[in-house]
Amino acid sequence: MGREYANLIVKEYGATLEIMLNRPETVNALTNDMLTELFAALGDAERRPQIRAVILSGSGRGFCSGQNLKEVAGRGDTVDIGEHVARYYNPLITRLYQLNKPTVCRIQGACAGAGMSLALACDLRVGSVEAKFSQAFVKIGLVPDSGSTYFLPRLVGMAKAMEMALLGDVVDAPEALRLGLLTRMTDAGTLEAETQKVAEHLASMPPVAVAMIKRALHRGIDASLPDQLLFEQHLQRAAAATEDHHIGIAAFLNKQPPQFTGR
Amino acid sequence: MNILERREGAVTILQLNRPEVLNALNAALMEELTDRLAVLAVDEQVRVVILTGGAKAFAAGADIAELHGQTAASVVSAPVINRFDALRQFPKPLIAAVSGWALGGGLELVMACDMVIAGDNAHFGQPEIKIGVIPGGGGTQRLTQLVGKMRAMEMILTGEPVDADQAYRMGLVNHVVPAEDVVGAAETLAEKIAKMPPIAVQLAKEAVLAAPDLPLEAGMRFERRLFALLFGTDDQKEGMQAFLDKRAPHFEGH
Repeated sequence: MGREYANLIVKEYGATLEIMLNRPETVNALTNDMLTELFAALGDAERRPQIRAVILSGSGRGFCSGQNLKEVAGRGDTVDIGEHVARYYNPLITRLYQLNKPTVCRIQGACAGAGMSLALACDLRVGSVEAKFSQAFVKIGLVPDSGSTYFLPRLVGMAKAMEMALLGDVVDAPEALRLGLLTRMTDAGTLEAETQKVAEHLASMPPVAVAMIKRALHRGIDASLPDQLLFEQHLQRAAAATEDHHIGIAAFLNKQPPQFTGR
Repeated sequence: MNILERREGAVTILQLNRPEVLNALNAALMEELTDRLAVLAVDEQVRVVILTGGAKAFAAGADIAELHGQTAASVVSAPVINRFDALRQFPKPLIAAVSGWALGGGLELVMACDMVIAGDNAHFGQPEIKIGVIPGGGGTQRLTQLVGKMRAMEMILTGEPVDADQAYRMGLVNHVVPAEDVVGAAETLAEKIAKMPPIAVQLAKEAVLAAPDLPLEAGMRFERRLFALLFGTDDQKEGMQAFLDKRAPHFEGH
């Protein structure tokens, strides 16, 4: 702990770490400094074994309005946007997607552009009825980046992904729930508590198996069945060797809730 | 002890053991490795050998501290590099089980093996260019043979590594498995091969290794001779009889 951030608020409740984007005056538009801090905060979360779930959130009325256009847009001559994406977004999205802990994104309002990419790179999304998703890139003559073209067709299917990316229309919370983009939709007043509940549930699960399940599902979407069956076979052998597997079995037989150790 | 050895039935597992330097390959380690292989080559109980490293690194490269003060003359005869030739002579199947980094000499060691199981955390690269040299243990030759000129050229000229999935798509590794059980997966493969008739296994390995060096005609002739030779073994008779009897064969290694 102990790291101070200018653009984030990092809070801890029990085994859950919340990383909150904190530039509410711009609906948390992503600046270079903020992206750098987010990358560092995720690295800290990854390294600390007592953290078993991560909430990614934004302060104020929305989760994130996307890239801060003042830092890149309209400056094609002076800023190489490809270089910007490679430097700030690609490593961040990779770290978030591959994080060895489960991640939940909390969405109370706008979730647009690269902000939506961040939400899609999380494992689960919980939103209030006021959550609004937008693949806004097309409206400014750009293409979805920061992983949106990878995550979106995988999460909602090609047809809906095309619709969202080509039209750039806002998808509201009930529609997002139907599409599976949202795990849960809540009232505005209960969003924080509900998101925390989901995070606590994740934090109570055996962390080694949770990290393995993420890896297996990420591979499975691209692998052939024979490759993935082999991968599962060996992953299961490693999972069965964990202390938590034996704790889980004992708890099941004794009809007790398991207390997982992370070993 | 730069090399740890463990036996599981007919399979021997050799583990590179300099974890404090991510298994950097120095002269002492390479000498121990080739000495161990020389013994295993003639041990009839051993059918397959697995070569592995640690969780973080199979081997992160040559020991740069050892190479740093060397001259051209001393490197020409450096044992750490010439030992790679000895690996090629090993007659039994050699499986690399790679978790983490396999860089420089580490990748050359991997490519000297006959099959590769990669952990999903594995990275493979020839980064020598970044420190002012080029691969010296066969990297330019073996990588090009294995993945083709274009991909080998990019890896060797940029020094950038590829991850396990890229390596799989390139044909550099046989299977990608969870890093936690990479040795287990290699053992599963090794046990399958260990059940096969050992003389046929050795001749098959010899024939496959000859393929890139021989013109097709000569390679085909070589294969046919080896094929005919196997009809002098008990295992050929047992294998074919068991097939006709619809039962599992029992190979004795004769």
